[in-house]
Amino acid sequence: MAFKEIDLNMGPQHPSTHGVLRLKLAVDNEVVLRVEPVIGYLHRGMEKLWESLTYTQVVPLTDRLDYIASLSNNLGYVLAAEKLAGIDVPRRARWIRIVLVELQRLASHLAWLGFMANDIGAMSVLLYGFEARETVLDLFEEYCGARLTIHGIRIGGVPRDIDAAFAVRVRKVLDGIPKWLGDIRALLDENRIWKQRTVGVGRIDAADAVAYGLTGPSLRASGVDWDMRKALPYSSYDEFDFEVPLGRNGDVYDRYLVRLEEINQSIRIVRQALDGLPEGEFSAKVPRVLKVAPGEVFHTIEAPKGVLGFYIKSNGTDKPERVKMKSPSFINLQSLEHMCKGNLFSDVVGILGSLDIVLGEIDK
Amino acid sequence: MPDAASDRFEIRQAVDQLSARFPGEVLAVAVEKGETAVHLGKKGLILVLRFLKEELGFNALEDIVVLDNLRTAAEGGPRFTVLYQVGRFPAAVRLRLAVAVGEDEILDSAVPVYRSADWAEREAYDMFGLRFDGHPDLRRIYMPEDFEGHPLRKDFPLQGRDGGV
Repeated sequence: MAFKEIDLNMGPQHPSTHGVLRLKLAVDNEVVLRVEPVIGYLHRGMEKLWESLTYTQVVPLTDRLDYIASLSNNLGYVLAAEKLAGIDVPRRARWIRIVLVELQRLASHLAWLGFMANDIGAMSVLLYGFEARETVLDLFEEYCGARLTIHGIRIGGVPRDIDAAFAVRVRKVLDGIPKWLGDIRALLDENRIWKQRTVGVGRIDAADAVAYGLTGPSLRASGVDWDMRKALPYSSYDEFDFEVPLGRNGDVYDRYLVRLEEINQSIRIVRQALDGLPEGEFSAKVPRVLKVAPGEVFHTIEAPKGVLGFYIKSNGTDKPERVKMKSPSFINLQSLEHMCKGNLFSDVVGILGSLDIVLGEIDK
Repeated sequence: MPDAASDRFEIRQAVDQLSARFPGEVLAVAVEKGETAVHLGKKGLILVLRFLKEELGFNALEDIVVLDNLRTAAEGGPRFTVLYQVGRFPAAVRLRLAVAVGEDEILDSAVPVYRSADWAEREAYDMFGLRFDGHPDLRRIYMPEDFEGHPLRKDFPLQGRDGGV
């Protein structure tokens, strides 16, 4: 067929753009030539808003960034603020935080799996994935009453202690997850349609992935061993025994496998945390109005989507001078064009899904 | 936390190499809360970034942060500070480069060295009005094309302006 470049618009109300993302595509017949993501539809000016709030008031707003994994956002901000203010968090609180954020990682990956498979056309996986995720959200609801925007980590520690009865219920949920995963893997792993849509699609090699600043499971699927929990351990992660799963090919299929294995590792970490939960306080004593001496910090954590960083500059008052968020989805989305070039138009949806982006976090 | 203590030697080594190579560009070095910040002159920025990446192995530009010093800068002092958070991974060595920029000054773009700087610089342009020479496509990224002003500047009202978006 003769060469004919066509411009195509996708979104911002497209069902598989995970929120309000618009893609400007240039295609030659079925082959993608260029992709330009257009973002900002959800821009709420969070960073501006944070400058007008106290350090404590910022925390619930971080829930609204990556709303699929709100506890991870809480932790990212809170750790940076604690480092800036010089607050020592009790060991028990750090371990409870790990229980919470690893459950959150698990829930986030399960949601991703459902969305991703649904984008490609396997709708039953969406239902399985979400049913499994519900059991984890029930735990969050029991812990602090909220399921989505949880606000379950506070400056100084966590809002509530966990008891033996809660631990029993967490274990029961963890015991149930492998069954769901097994069912999903039986549906997908060797499924011919699934493999045709994912194997060798949206490839990015290790060097390009690093150059584009890709982080998280999408980077590790390209074989780069780079996990903040290991590289710069925070919140007692150095006391835990877990592995960082790596892919080889950097394609959509490997990103799928890496995230599935991360679910297993999260289960392992939560079990260890429940087994060895240290005695002590679940929160440090933090003044109601937290005034922070002038200074600046940059702190990163490994969120489910990638490396989440917070830069905070204080000016001696109870409000930050500047808070800048390094959003993993924002930076990961930059590499979309590189991954899509030369692939089929119909694979754009799958590649976008495999990046696991959340627009609330991209647009801030 | 083993945050800084374990790699302090490597950071100091990198800073020493940087100061030896660019004596005129490194203006000050500050260590605070285990994080090392190197203050640089505006002119040598790209040379320093290239040196860090190609010879010292700093493979990641993690983030670009802009500070508006409207209320804190001395009379006639530079309005903005641009921070480049660079890192060497997986060895986990981190440095922060700080460059002071006046309101009408143009910085060299870091995109030719670190491709990941593309959207970060567009964000800095959109939110603060900073311009980067050599950026492939410097446009607004969050706000609409026809929006006037730069929202994260300290003199931009929190509640927005009448007739704004």
